[in-house]
Amino acid sequence: MHELPQQLANGLILGAMYGLIAIGYTMVYGIVQLINFAHGEIFMVGGFGALTAHLALPDGTALALALPLMVLGGVLASVTIGVAAERFAYRPLRGAPRLAPLITAIGLSIALQQAIWKWYPDAKKARVFPQFKGESLDILGVTVQRGEIFLLIAAPLCMLALGLFVARTRTGRGMQATAQDPDTAKLMGINTDRIIVIAFAIGAAFAAIAAVAHGLKYGQVDFRMGFITGLKAFTAAVLGGIGNIYGAMLGGVVLGVAEALATGYIEEIPGMTQFGGGSWKDVWAFVLLILVLLLRPQGLLGERVADRA
Amino acid sequence: MRHRSLLILTTALTTGALTLSACGSRDDKGDDGKSEGKQTTVVIGLDAPLTGDLSALGQGIKNSAELALNNANKTKEVPGVTFRFRALDDQAQPTSGQQNATKLAGDKQVLGIVGPLNSSVAQSMQQVAQSNNIALISPANTTPDLSQGKDWKQDKRKRQFSTYFRTSTTDEVQGSFGGKYAYEQIKAKTVYVIDDQKTYGVGLAAAFTTKFTALGGKVVGTEHVNPEDRDFKAIVSKVKTASPDLVFYGGEYPASAPLSQQLKDGGVKAPLMGGDGMYSGDYITLNKKSAGDYATSVGKPVEQLDSAKKFIADYKTAGYKDRYEAYGGSTYDATWALVQAVKAVVSANDGKLPSDARAKIVDALNKVEFDGVTGPVSFDKYGDTTNTLITAYQVDAGQWKSRYSAEYKG
Repeated sequence: MHELPQQLANGLILGAMYGLIAIGYTMVYGIVQLINFAHGEIFMVGGFGALTAHLALPDGTALALALPLMVLGGVLASVTIGVAAERFAYRPLRGAPRLAPLITAIGLSIALQQAIWKWYPDAKKARVFPQFKGESLDILGVTVQRGEIFLLIAAPLCMLALGLFVARTRTGRGMQATAQDPDTAKLMGINTDRIIVIAFAIGAAFAAIAAVAHGLKYGQVDFRMGFITGLKAFTAAVLGGIGNIYGAMLGGVVLGVAEALATGYIEEIPGMTQFGGGSWKDVWAFVLLILVLLLRPQGLLGERVADRA
Repeated sequence: MRHRSLLILTTALTTGALTLSACGSRDDKGDDGKSEGKQTTVVIGLDAPLTGDLSALGQGIKNSAELALNNANKTKEVPGVTFRFRALDDQAQPTSGQQNATKLAGDKQVLGIVGPLNSSVAQSMQQVAQSNNIALISPANTTPDLSQGKDWKQDKRKRQFSTYFRTSTTDEVQGSFGGKYAYEQIKAKTVYVIDDQKTYGVGLAAAFTTKFTALGGKVVGTEHVNPEDRDFKAIVSKVKTASPDLVFYGGEYPASAPLSQQLKDGGVKAPLMGGDGMYSGDYITLNKKSAGDYATSVGKPVEQLDSAKKFIADYKTAGYKDRYEAYGGSTYDATWALVQAVKAVVSANDGKLPSDARAKIVDALNKVEFDGVTGPVSFDKYGDTTNTLITAYQVDAGQWKSRYSAEYKG
């Protein structure tokens, strides 16, 4: 178990990224009970938005200087797509049977992938994303890549900001009210349409930040990167209790750590050698999900709400 | 209401079917008409990943095949025959490959198929090619099972498909060469072996391991990843603890580029080594810490072969946007082998295409012999190339530099 601190750090970093994306699933579900399966693609579009911002800057701009602009570019792209999706794909279907928006989401997901594939220059293969130069850092015996520092700073900041926003601001409280009972909220004078748009926008912005982190970490973005990552983030949202923003982050971290530990240690259990390693990590992550859902169907931090079970 | 929509549906279907069958009959007539005329059109099909992760390699394959056919048309290599080219995209998916094979085999003018890139895709195409008696020549498949059957390890080799050929050497040869090179030239004594669970990756890693351990090397750990994975940090930690002299990866560059970078970021000093699936310029652009990594690839670097000078010059003149990459030379040779087979068949039939051209071309391919871009081209009794030249490359100053080439003789 000698590499345990490193494996925990690996899991934590990966999990923080899942968590940021999971926020988008959980907020939208909490307010309109829609599983926005196109969210993985909104994440992907954010990565390409950030890349575009970087390409627009003059060559040789230091990455530290370019980073705020890249985040801005990514957020802009994601939020535009997220809000447009809400306005044109989901709003017309509000009140329709739940399967209709679900299928729409899947269709939108494919459409966004293909749109990037077709129209983004050279996106038919993975595009190189800028990365910080230099060796990785050694923090208390744990090796951390330079690009991952961004995520380690951005994720807690985002969570803090979101927590304050939801609890303290007028709009945030309007959000809680809409989540509890949209009809009553409307009667109380809350503009629920606006609240829903804001929920989509926040989710998309967080996904874009996660996409920048993804690019810095792996040095590439490609049109398919949203699919698997989005699925994992959705799993994280369910694991943490869908509808709960802290649950999404917690679910992400638990999932990330579970994957890292499954890769690292399952095969050291006697008799389990063939079930260990990188190829089985997803299986173990889903075994964990099933166990949690058996014991706590509402997820780790979810509340037991009759009409949302 | 229900009746009416049923009616509309039926009408639509019937119209569609009629239109399609009309297309079919027109094609047939067109075919006959052309055969009677002076110029016969022969279509050579191509299947490769033209988009997606592996498109860097796929585009090189497509361009090189097209170049070969253009040259054949320009020099009138086969009198009375004009070659046309039909390229389909398989996105490295076996299911797409099978659909493409069916589509190409259904076109009567297609007399041979070049491709695919991936061994897993080839597995899905072979049966279709066989039942349509159409030649399938891959410039890049390296899994021995494709031609020699799954019992090749026990030396019970048996040709699987009479219509399947390839101009690239097998993993058995390439992996063994890699194992020998790693032990004798890199002087690695311990290795950590990772594969991506695909047909190609597993086969290559197995052949490498067999040779490396037979020579006295030690495998200090094995790991399997999913080809879509981009996060390997958990594996990196394990490799670091095992501290091998070398890490071997059986798989392709979209995964091995981030793997290599994360290995080095994670403090692993050992270089990463792979096969021809890693030998791509994109491996270096996607991986900022690729310096010192190794890859083996089939043949010799075309830049160093006298026979390839014309190919390189032609490729440049044609002005293709993408590089010819690892399989440019072997693709040109595969396509040219088909051209030569067509030539043999046509000249044996008084300058006309026989009615059973596909079967005759398959027969002719077994006897084809010419000096190609990558060296002498001919096929053995399994349909494999007789050329076993392999080269080891290393990343040096942002480029693949060839380090050592040899004919592998076991």
